[in-house]
Amino acid sequence: MHNPCGVFNETYEQDLAIFRTKTQWGLLIGAIIIAFTFPLFLNSYILGVLIQIFATIIILHGLNILTGYCGQISLAQAAFAAVGGYTSALLSEWALGAALPEWFPGIFNFWITVPIAGLTAGAIGVLFGIPALRLRGFYLVMATLAAHFIIIYIIVHTIGTQAQTLPAPHLFGLLLNNSQSYYYVVLVALIALSYVAKNLVRTRFGRAWIAIRDNDLAAEVMGISLFRYKLSAFFIGCLFAGLGGALWAHYTRSITPEYYHLTYGLWYLGYIIVGGMGSALGPFFGASFLIILTQGLAEVISALSGTFYGIESYLSAAREVLFGLVVVLFMILEPRGIAHRWNLFKAYYRLFPYAH
Amino acid sequence: MGTAPASKDVAILEIANLSLSFGGVQALMDISLEVKQGEVLAIIGPNGAGKTSLLNCMNGFYRAQQGDISFQGKGISKMPSHKIAELGIARTFQQIELYTHLSAQDNLMAGRHIHFKSGMLDGALYFGKAHREEIEHRKAVENIIDLFDMEAIRKKVVGFLPYGQRKLVELGRAVVMEPKLLLLDEPMAGMNVEEKEDMARFILDIWELKGTTIVLIEHDMGVVMDIADRIVVLDFGRKIAEGTPQEIQTNPAVISAYLGQE
Repeated sequence: MHNPCGVFNETYEQDLAIFRTKTQWGLLIGAIIIAFTFPLFLNSYILGVLIQIFATIIILHGLNILTGYCGQISLAQAAFAAVGGYTSALLSEWALGAALPEWFPGIFNFWITVPIAGLTAGAIGVLFGIPALRLRGFYLVMATLAAHFIIIYIIVHTIGTQAQTLPAPHLFGLLLNNSQSYYYVVLVALIALSYVAKNLVRTRFGRAWIAIRDNDLAAEVMGISLFRYKLSAFFIGCLFAGLGGALWAHYTRSITPEYYHLTYGLWYLGYIIVGGMGSALGPFFGASFLIILTQGLAEVISALSGTFYGIESYLSAAREVLFGLVVVLFMILEPRGIAHRWNLFKAYYRLFPYAH
Repeated sequence: MGTAPASKDVAILEIANLSLSFGGVQALMDISLEVKQGEVLAIIGPNGAGKTSLLNCMNGFYRAQQGDISFQGKGISKMPSHKIAELGIARTFQQIELYTHLSAQDNLMAGRHIHFKSGMLDGALYFGKAHREEIEHRKAVENIIDLFDMEAIRKKVVGFLPYGQRKLVELGRAVVMEPKLLLLDEPMAGMNVEEKEDMARFILDIWELKGTTIVLIEHDMGVVMDIADRIVVLDFGRKIAEGTPQEIQTNPAVISAYLGQE
């Protein structure tokens, strides 16, 4: 991390700051203000895409901590998002249906069920993280693949494949049941959870996770309990998956197990590879870039279908093909993802027009 | 050589009848030795004598089949490595084992791990306790950076540093843990004379300034004879001699182990 020319860190506080200069703070606050004005002029379709990107970034923060920082590759992120979505759905349904005292149904509302959904996903994540204490690399990938199938199997065979409906949240008497209003909920959650994710990786836990990823042998000898820190990475990773999954489920208002297909678990890994694994900005870049790219492709295809009759059926797999191509190209050309390019760009801009 | 700080005749680490084998290979046979508080103890011996295996047993990386190890009167032979580290035993490795993608400074911060108190929630919210703790431990890290002349490489990712500097970062990471007992596995392997002199100076600095007890494995006899208070000699998994550098130099068993018999 470099400061602009002429800016020196003279205290540890300055050295630890994420946003060091007034310009950086200005850009951050400006970006947040602009993000808050989006519902005023964007249509529901674009807001829907943005909500999808934001919820995905929250899920990716978790996967980034688990895989990018702690080195525990997981294919089960979609299943943990499912745990979040279904926990919130079932709790809301139960609170509506059960014969509870007058004051009770109000408590199990959106604002309570979503955090509970996150914690439930985290707890189940810890359970499935236990094999990680013995397994590494490829074998752990297989174990998380099994975790995905087990979780989805349990959901299908206890809850069923029929659509599960979720209520829209209320806030101060307002019903947040459209894209314009729900956008704010997801935006605030994204800002808060991104702050949490960044703080976790720059303090004690983050360093312990990186230590385990880079050299688990040395980490153990230097006093880092592999048991505690691997499981804590699973907890945080799956907590974020649960929160993101529940937020997304309350937007679609109806979920089926198909929403959490294994493909999404693989896509999430692809997102963080493209965005930049082990970088707090990686999820932002990966999700924005790939979701906009694939949505754009879908738009182009549907626009062409008027002229070229039946083109949609020929190009039905175009999204997957493009996605796979982008991931492969990134792994070959820029394995450290867009986040690394961004850092190079910043370094270039800082020194412009000189090379050094 | 200076005078040993707080040199008492108290054993900090006791090893009793330690035996370790890998399948049919007997790595250590009935080893008993004491490490005294505040001394520099060197373990020497020909290749494959079991020196590193002995170090690995001391910090719980290997489990010996027989025998006991106690650190300050506490049995540690069944303890996991991270608990032993918390008791105050740190080490460096023969092959450098650093956190490759972190900067030198962050490697040292990670070395302070056992001294951090803040939990996950403190870290997540950052303000207050976690922030204060970051600064407090950063000061301890800066002391070591200062002591080992590492200012220039503070923010460099250690994976890209040259060998000698990585060796130094690893020593720093062990020292910043503020251990009572420091285990060094060939700290000067692969270094030129100047680098060895620097390393010897740093090791003696730690010993003098912090009063850390040091156990070191080293092949360079010049260095060993200069900085060690006592020497233990291993050969084929057995302890063949123990004593001051002068005693070891004239010990017939040691001479025959190194040079063969007539």
